[in-house]
Amino acid sequence: MKTTFISAFVFISLVSFTRAQQNQNLNSVEVHVLPVQGNVYMLVGAGSNITVQIGTDGVLVVDAQYASLSDKILAAIRTVSKGPIRYLINTTYDADHTGGNEPIRKAGSTIAGGNVAGDIQDAAEGAQIVAHDNVLKRMGNRPSAAWPTSTFLGDEKKLFFNGEGIAIIHQPVAHTDGDSIVFFRRSDVISTGDIFTTNSYPVIDLAAGGSIQGVIDGLNRLVDMIIPVYGQEGGTLVIPGHGRLSDLGDVINCREMTIIIRDRIQDMIKKGMTLEQVKAARPTRDYDPLYGSVPGWTADMFVEAVYKSLKK
Amino acid sequence: MRTSHKEAQNPQKLLWFLCLFAALSAPAFAQVNLSGVWDNLGILHEDWPDRLFGPELGDYTGVPLTQEARLRAEAWDASLITLPEYQCRVHPSDYVPSFAGMRIWEERDRDSQQLIAIHTHHFAWGTERTIWMDGRPHPPEYALHTSQGFSTGKWEGDILTVYATHLKEGWIRRNGIPRSDRASVVEHFIRHADGLTLMTVITDPVYLTEPMVRTREYEYVIGGQIGPYPCEPVDEILRPKGVIPHHLPGTNPFLKEFAESHNLPLEGARGGAETMYPEYQLKMKR
Repeated sequence: MKTTFISAFVFISLVSFTRAQQNQNLNSVEVHVLPVQGNVYMLVGAGSNITVQIGTDGVLVVDAQYASLSDKILAAIRTVSKGPIRYLINTTYDADHTGGNEPIRKAGSTIAGGNVAGDIQDAAEGAQIVAHDNVLKRMGNRPSAAWPTSTFLGDEKKLFFNGEGIAIIHQPVAHTDGDSIVFFRRSDVISTGDIFTTNSYPVIDLAAGGSIQGVIDGLNRLVDMIIPVYGQEGGTLVIPGHGRLSDLGDVINCREMTIIIRDRIQDMIKKGMTLEQVKAARPTRDYDPLYGSVPGWTADMFVEAVYKSLKK
Repeated sequence: MRTSHKEAQNPQKLLWFLCLFAALSAPAFAQVNLSGVWDNLGILHEDWPDRLFGPELGDYTGVPLTQEARLRAEAWDASLITLPEYQCRVHPSDYVPSFAGMRIWEERDRDSQQLIAIHTHHFAWGTERTIWMDGRPHPPEYALHTSQGFSTGKWEGDILTVYATHLKEGWIRRNGIPRSDRASVVEHFIRHADGLTLMTVITDPVYLTEPMVRTREYEYVIGGQIGPYPCEPVDEILRPKGVIPHHLPGTNPFLKEFAESHNLPLEGARGGAETMYPEYQLKMKR
């Protein structure tokens, strides 16, 4: 267990560190606001994408990027709403999704009263941080102020906020074992976390309970949830964990690539090929110009993760 | 419009005034109006293999594709388009001109009559596109990419030149040759009386080694109409969830058919920039 924890920590530190390195200096990073549709906006800076839902009830934020960007993130949120930040949802435990948990939580507040306020005096302080229970379990090495304050164990947690139903759907053993997809039902927007990205191979954190089949299951689930206007376009819009705003066509392309590479590696395993032989055969070569040059998550690392996941 | 008594008495002066006004106003407007219905059904023989029935499997001739693009094409299985979510996938804006007719119309500011945008509607899959003519910038990279992309245009003499970015991943040819979402496309709409040439130049840093150029011809149709193109996916083949038809490396049995049936050297049929130029014939002879 200890080895698993250390491996997970090293893995996520490496991915997060290198993704941060891509941005060289977070001081120079600008946080941009992209209106998506309905009540939902996408914030782009460094690290994960941030989803912001606004309305008369206040502000709901999905993922928090890095702590050093929090002032800029909060300033960006204030350009679209002056309302209180009530909820921060973590789609995974990665540092580039949860690094800003503490400052963003402190900038918000929770409506408390009745029995809660009687026994828990700080119940109203800060926004609620909502996540699957496995996110909390994997954040034990972080300051407690950054931990999720409201976790769920089952398949789904539901909220009604700013006039729409919001489903926080657990996708088991995908990128990690604590991933969530957030579906804004009226705005018709899905925030996917790292189950879906547009600019790298899917990141599979084996040490944190991830698996290739879980990622594919997650992508299949997204395809089932999305209703396009026509063909593969429009309708439900998708905010990926990393990369550009998307719709069904982008999710389908990602799923196609992931399944084809899974099938190739599975076939090589059936032929008795070792990991080194599989890597040498370059089963991702035709996709590498698109996804294989991300520092910290190279094609080789993806192949290795898929191989080990299939061998389990 | 009210005309003063004095002007009405001097129609020649009014005519001169109107001519002068029109002449001075002309630079603010396009020299050419592309509006109308354009069709290519009568001249579909041009680049026939790319049209209607589609290209043959393994025909990569004339495409400056990379080795990575060739590998993707070799893995492509036509059964892919039996999947419900692929059945109504529209052709991207750099490929759709191969198919049937299109309507072009202008959008002008009501007061100034300045050109804001030119719109196109293609019969095939009913794809619609806006070409912004008002000088607006392209959106940031993280904005949504679409099959038709984000397009801006400008008049270069009588030629409408269009620059498109934010394209979803598409295809160079309908037999698996991919065009990446990082491609940009320059198009030239060239009108010759009742004829229209649409020249498309695709630059793809991922899957092409040099720009891919092709042209499509259209004829103006007086009183032409574009019909609807409904598409509703159905379950053609019941498969387990998440199955993607494709060929594993080295297992595609159809790749030699094109070269063999047309008596072409296989190496030439596999395409690439070198095979596109006359010098390659000399190499083949050696």
